[in-house]
Amino acid sequence: MPLSDELRDLYQQVILDHSRNPRNHGELPPPCLHAHGDNPSCGDEIDVWLRLGDNGVIEDLKFKGQGCAISQASASMMTQKIKGKSKDQAASMREDFRRIVMGDGAPQDEDALGELVLLEGVQKFPQRVKCAMLAWRAVEQALEGK
Amino acid sequence: MDWHRIRSDFPVLDQQVHGHPLVYLDSAASSQKPRAVINTLSHYYERDNANVHRALHELSNRATEAFEAARKKVARFVGAASEDEIIFTRGTTEGINLVANTWGAQNLKAGDVILYTGMEHHSNLVPWQLLAQRTGATLKHIPVLDDGTLDPASIDTLLNEQVKLFAFVHISNSLGTINPAKELCARAKAVGAVTLLDGAQSVGHLPIDVQDLGCDFLVFSGHKMCAPTGIGGLYGRMELLERMLPWHGGGEMIAEVRLDGSTYKQPPHRFEAGTPDIAGVIGLGAAIDYLEAVGMENIHRHDANLSHYAVQQMREVPDIRILGPQSGPRGSLVAFHFDWAHPHDLVEFANSHGIAMRGGHHCTMPLMKRFKVPGTTRASFYFYNTIDEINRLVEVLHAARKFFT
Repeated sequence: MPLSDELRDLYQQVILDHSRNPRNHGELPPPCLHAHGDNPSCGDEIDVWLRLGDNGVIEDLKFKGQGCAISQASASMMTQKIKGKSKDQAASMREDFRRIVMGDGAPQDEDALGELVLLEGVQKFPQRVKCAMLAWRAVEQALEGK
Repeated sequence: MDWHRIRSDFPVLDQQVHGHPLVYLDSAASSQKPRAVINTLSHYYERDNANVHRALHELSNRATEAFEAARKKVARFVGAASEDEIIFTRGTTEGINLVANTWGAQNLKAGDVILYTGMEHHSNLVPWQLLAQRTGATLKHIPVLDDGTLDPASIDTLLNEQVKLFAFVHISNSLGTINPAKELCARAKAVGAVTLLDGAQSVGHLPIDVQDLGCDFLVFSGHKMCAPTGIGGLYGRMELLERMLPWHGGGEMIAEVRLDGSTYKQPPHRFEAGTPDIAGVIGLGAAIDYLEAVGMENIHRHDANLSHYAVQQMREVPDIRILGPQSGPRGSLVAFHFDWAHPHDLVEFANSHGIAMRGGHHCTMPLMKRFKVPGTTRASFYFYNTIDEINRLVEVLHAARKFFT
C-alpha cells in the first residue's frame, strides 16, 4: 500500500525509533525540578525531571510520558540535546524548534538541534504541533516556573 | 434497499482525500447531511427567513409554522405523548445541563444519590458533579465489566430508594454497548428514581419510543442524525416539565413581565428563552423526514450488519484489542487499540489513506482508565457506509501494523 511523502516525513525511522525506545526515560530522585505537561484534548501526558548545576547548566534530565509517537519522540530527542546546555541555551533551542515544527521562520542555530530537525514534517500537520511541543513546554515550566 | 442510491444523497461523501476516496468512519462524532437537509436550510434562508412566534407577517408565519411542525416531528420520532414535551436545545450536552439546573436543582438535597455509570460521556458526568457540589447530593456509579456491560450485581445494590436520579447512556460512544434501557428505567421507577437517558448515539440509529422505554428524560443531538450542528432535543415527561422552573430567562419564555417580577409560559416554551436556532430546528425536521423515508428499522439493521461485519473482520488483524461487547448486539461503532501505535498515530496514518476516524479518549476519560488504555481509535458507521469501506479500513490497519512495528 503506497504511503504519502508527508506521512513518511512525519514518521521517519529515527522518530519511530525514539518513540519505541525513548532515551533518558525515567525519573530523577529529588532534589530536582519537575513539571507535568498535558494536552487535555488528546490525552498526551509528560513528566520531566531536571537537575540544574550551580552554573545554571542542565546536568541531567529524564522524562516519562504517554502519548503519540510525535510527542514521545520529541521528548526523547529533546532530552539528548538539552542535557549539558544552560537554561538560556535551552530556551533558544526551544524557540528554534518551535519555528521548525510550525514553519515559522528560520531557526537561529539549526545545527544545535541536530536530529530534532527531522520533526519538521510536523509542519504539514498543524494539529500535531502541540504534540511536538509538549515536552518543551514542560521543560519551560520546570525551568521558569511558568 | 438501494443503499448505494441512499449514499449518493450525501454530497460530501463524493470526494477524494489525500488522493483516496473518502471513507468517513466518524459518524458517532458527527454524521453527514443529506441533500434534503442542506436544501431545506437553503430554502429557509432564501425564502422564509424571519423570527418565530412574534411578527404577524407572512415570512414569520411560515418560519413559525415550519418551526412548530418540526417539534411535532421530533415528538412523533421519539414517541412522546405530546409535542409540548419536546424542548429544543443546542444538543445532548445542553439538554443534560438543562435538567441538572432545573429539575436537579429543585429536587435534590444533601444525602440524595445521583447514580450514573462508568461508561458515561463527560457530558453525562460533569453536569451532575456540578449539581452535587451545589446541592450536597452524593454521586455513585455502576462499574463496567470487562465485556463492556454494566455490572448487574452493582445495579442490584446501588439502584435503591436513596437514588433520586439515574442518568445513563443508551449506546456507549466508546464501547458500542447497548444498555437495556427499558429494563433499567423500570427498575429505577420501582425505587422512585427519575431517569435521564443519553440518546446521543441511539436516536437516529434505533427506533425510539420514550413511552415504551419508560424514561423521564431523553436527550439527543441533531448533528449525529443528519441534522445541522447546533440543534438537539430534550424530551421530558410533562408531569415533570410543568413543575420545573425556567433555566434561562429572556424573551419568548414569559407570559407576562412586570418591573417587579414575571410569569412564565407553559413547557416547552418556558425553557426556550431568546431567538432559537430556527434554521437548525427546521433542518432537524427535514432530517427526521429523511430518516423516516429511509426507515428507522432499515437503518438499524444496516448499522447492525456493518458493525457485526467490522468486528468479525477487524478481529483478524493481529494484536488488536476491541473494546466493548465481543459478540451480540452493539451500536454502530468499534473502538480498538494496538499497543504498537497510539490512537493519534493510527488516525493520522488512516487519514493519509482517506479514512476519517477519531482517536483519543472520546470524552470518556474514566472509561479509558478503567480499560487501561491511553485512548482508543474508533471507527463509527451510519447507513451511508458500506462493506467495501470496512474492507478498506481493515486493509489500512494491516498496512499500519507493517509501518509502525
